[in-house]
Amino acid sequence: MASELGTMEQPAPAPPEQGGRRRLSELVRLPRQPLLRHGLLTVAGGVLCYALSISVGSLTNANIATVAVYTVVIAGLSLLVGGTGQVSLGHAALMAIGAYSYADLEVHNPHVPLVAGLLFATALTGVAGLVIGVAAARLRGPYLAGVTLALGLAVPQLADHYFNSDQGIPVQLTPPSSIEINHWLDWICLLSALVVLFLLANLRSSRWYRAFAAVREDEIAASLSGISVARAQVLGFVLSAACAGLGGALLALVNLGATSGAFPISLSISLIAGMVVGGTGTLIGAVWGGILVVYVPLWLSSATSNQTNFGANLPNMIFGALIVLVVLLAPQGIQGGLNRLAARARRVLRW
Amino acid sequence: MSRWSRSLRIIGSLAAAALLAAACGTASTGTSGTSGASTTSGSSSSTTSAKPTASAPGITANQIVLGSTQPLTGPAAPGYSEIAPASNAVFQWANAHGGIYGRKIVYNYLDDAYNPTETVQKTRQLLAEPVFADFDPLGTPTQLQVQGLLNSQKVPQLFVASGCACWSNPAYPYTTGWQTNYVIEGKVLGKYVESHFKGKKIAYVYQDDEFGQDGVKGLDQEIPASQVVARQPYSIAQLLQATGLGDQMSKVQAAGAQVVVLFTIPAATAEALLGGAKLGLKAQYVVSNVGSDVITLSGLVSVISGGKAGAALLNGIISDDYLPSPADLSNPWISLFHQIYEKYDNTSKNKFDGNTEYGMAVAFTMLDLLQAAGPNPTRASLVATLAAKGPTFNTPGLVPLSYSSSDHYGFEGAQIGVITGGKFVLSGPIYQTTNSGPITTYTGSPSTPPSFTNPTF
Amino acid sequence: MRLFVNYTLNGITEGMIGAAVALGLVLVWRSTRVLNFAQGAMAMITTYIADAALEHQVGYWAAFVVALAAGFVIGGLVERVVIRPVENRNALDAVIVAIGVLIFIEALAGGIWGSSQRGFPSPFSQIGFRVGGQGIELDPFDVFTIAAVLGLMLLLLLGFRKTSVGLRMRAAAFAPEVAGLLGVRVKRMFTLGWALAAAAGSLAGLFVAPRVFLSPSNMDTVLIYGFTAAIIGGLESPLGALVGGLVSGLALSYVGGYLGSSFQPIGAVGLLVVVLMVRPAGLFSSAEQRRV
Repeated sequence: MASELGTMEQPAPAPPEQGGRRRLSELVRLPRQPLLRHGLLTVAGGVLCYALSISVGSLTNANIATVAVYTVVIAGLSLLVGGTGQVSLGHAALMAIGAYSYADLEVHNPHVPLVAGLLFATALTGVAGLVIGVAAARLRGPYLAGVTLALGLAVPQLADHYFNSDQGIPVQLTPPSSIEINHWLDWICLLSALVVLFLLANLRSSRWYRAFAAVREDEIAASLSGISVARAQVLGFVLSAACAGLGGALLALVNLGATSGAFPISLSISLIAGMVVGGTGTLIGAVWGGILVVYVPLWLSSATSNQTNFGANLPNMIFGALIVLVVLLAPQGIQGGLNRLAARARRVLRW
Repeated sequence: MSRWSRSLRIIGSLAAAALLAAACGTASTGTSGTSGASTTSGSSSSTTSAKPTASAPGITANQIVLGSTQPLTGPAAPGYSEIAPASNAVFQWANAHGGIYGRKIVYNYLDDAYNPTETVQKTRQLLAEPVFADFDPLGTPTQLQVQGLLNSQKVPQLFVASGCACWSNPAYPYTTGWQTNYVIEGKVLGKYVESHFKGKKIAYVYQDDEFGQDGVKGLDQEIPASQVVARQPYSIAQLLQATGLGDQMSKVQAAGAQVVVLFTIPAATAEALLGGAKLGLKAQYVVSNVGSDVITLSGLVSVISGGKAGAALLNGIISDDYLPSPADLSNPWISLFHQIYEKYDNTSKNKFDGNTEYGMAVAFTMLDLLQAAGPNPTRASLVATLAAKGPTFNTPGLVPLSYSSSDHYGFEGAQIGVITGGKFVLSGPIYQTTNSGPITTYTGSPSTPPSFTNPTF
Repeated sequence: MRLFVNYTLNGITEGMIGAAVALGLVLVWRSTRVLNFAQGAMAMITTYIADAALEHQVGYWAAFVVALAAGFVIGGLVERVVIRPVENRNALDAVIVAIGVLIFIEALAGGIWGSSQRGFPSPFSQIGFRVGGQGIELDPFDVFTIAAVLGLMLLLLLGFRKTSVGLRMRAAAFAPEVAGLLGVRVKRMFTLGWALAAAAGSLAGLFVAPRVFLSPSNMDTVLIYGFTAAIIGGLESPLGALVGGLVSGLALSYVGGYLGSSFQPIGAVGLLVVVLMVRPAGLFSSAEQRRV
């Protein structure tokens, strides 16, 4: 993936002298033109994902699909937090909007193509994001966090009230005849994730993203240099919500239904923890975040015994402690930590 | 940005992908290991058919793996987290006495925190393991989500721990319920209320989900609408608000209700009772089985107001059950359960209560079913055996199980009881009915359990 | 009319408990600029500690003191051990640390005491006062709850205004560099802020448990409405926490009573939006409004 994919808020300092090492880096040099570069990387990522999906079993495919779903949502959340600097603690609610709009559309119009359904859910959640974003543009830091948190509690309850209580809406997924269902699911989710990452990578090299960054760093300076702060923030919210909506619709496919129970506040909190631990503001960080949210609890629960009260709660104890430790020890998240390690290794190798 | 750092980033992202691949590899080794084992034991299946063999996925010559998803942590864990350990205690006890056809039962229950996403994830994990059947997985929204998944792979989803009137559905032949469903419970309670409190003003307080709504459907079949003066739903989230069900109970009081019917979980029952006591509401409480477990309730209200008010709150509550009272040690099943609990339940912090009893009773039905399905069951034969022989199983239930090829509900009846002196005492006729049929009386005699020290399977 | 009175009384009690949680959030925010997600979990575990003390027959009031003391210690420890390293970093880092602490404490409580709910005693009767022959939604325990939260608020205000520790705490919160130059041990004041906040939270825990019972997640909803209250009040001011608690408690009670409990959370969102549209930094904010 390109430099843009890995760009940190504070990029690691470039080595002052490159000398003879330059030839090595030229081996993996990519085109400078962003669209082309991101396109190449997306295709490469696609090949890698395809190879991964056919070399693992059905269960793993379903789990990778879930990783892809959370990657999409975390990438969108990261665009907000690492882009315009706004915090949302209610992204699970936006996912719920995506999931219910996809499921409701599909139930009433079973012949609507999958892609159309996903786009519909994405667009509708984007509109919801617009409404929230307009209100959010007036709010800062903890105040925005509080509103989105309350929203995270409200949306699932309203969904219960208006759509078949806690049973939700079932979703069908019918793969083309010869394809195993979880492979199909995995490909849909991975392809969606690649498309989203490609679009976001391009956005990051656009003037829009530079406006986001300007707003994040200093609103007054940004507005003095002719950037509409409110417009940048609303746009950030719309795009972030659209990602969450797509993620929600995809999660409805993974779960074979939209139910409010799948979108608790604890999911919003896991997503934001995944984002920070992965590396805020980077696209690779979002992938790390997705892996973290899906696989770490799975590993922990398979490594512990749930035969006693203590054992059943042990995975969460370790998970909580792990989050604290990573934030304390790796201030830029996993990706930032890796970058630092790489920089250190490079210094050592240079000698 | 230098090319150097760019290429390092690329290396970083490749490392991420490699790690993901490695992660997936680790997760799938279990699958390949299990399938390897079943191939080896599969080769011995050419011996006589009466000997236990690897007759189906999840079964080998010496063990049967059952799976389940349960809320061991999270907001639904209170109470429900006791069920799977109780079931497992019964299986451990059975294993210690030779198992079923010489096979040990391995009960692999996973925590889904009552979140459908995790339920789907963990159920897929169970399918990959593989397990022979999904036994007693808990919850209506969670299990509805995996019903299609399990049935499409023809994996039994047995004895779902939920009273939803949705588990007997011809579209899902591998799914069965077990406990008396909420519609039937509502009918039984409704009939009692209708005949004992003629002309009284009646209020409903119910959970605003399938549980409460199904219960109200049953109540409405028996209680004339003109008698119902208040219908108060509550959301689960409200139960953790400091004033609890205060708003609902205020409305019940304002409506002048004389009988209050609660389709509530235990915490909500306790909040409703406290709310009613606070307002000095003089009403007869009628509580659904789920919300009336005396041991759980007294744990919640006994310390209130220095202990004096607590016990008094519970006295006189009318409820129903399809199992004997968990405190009734004179019942041979309950005394057996207590012995198993003392010796085999690891979660000693939990009290022996209605949830423990439930988990043990449903595990006994599983033992009976495995026994009846013969030495070499398949997933299909398991479900067929349940339909054919379910009604003959030896259960602690007050009515027999009523499985058939067209009926996958399980118990379809209940008896009314009253909480007296801190104990729930069942009395009067045992009712049987279906979701919409007439209510009849059951007059069979109770069954006797196997011996604790020397059971035969 | 009677219903309206009952909803109002419920709203006041609910609001006072929300105010106690909000007060803890405000104290933490003032000292370290952290949104403390672990506030509810810390309160919950101190209630379990009080429950363990009660099992040793120490009596309610001793257990009450134990809970507050445990809160004080836990709050100070959490700040000193895991929050201090991230205090000067990106604001989100501290929030994530607090979330980690929340997940850890809830799991720890479940592991030690089991997930089952248990009852928790109240020191006063929970039978409502009689008006016109019928009970109302106010009982001696509610009165005690209201009085205790008001008393705590008063103590804190007096403490901040009249004692030298209070003055140093205020100085550390509002001008840490200057305070440091003048010899105030700023970091120690931050630890004290967290300790006091957690003690205030313990009080809320002791008031919540007899009403909704004790379980590892019993403070989850109360915490979210506590956030609502703190934000309405403006996050900076203890008095704001009180007013914010009352306003949100009453609003939630009316919405629940007249529209149904499904609408309470969206009611909270509506209230937040309305208040913050008028005052983007809460009712008691001193900061000027931002122009966008």
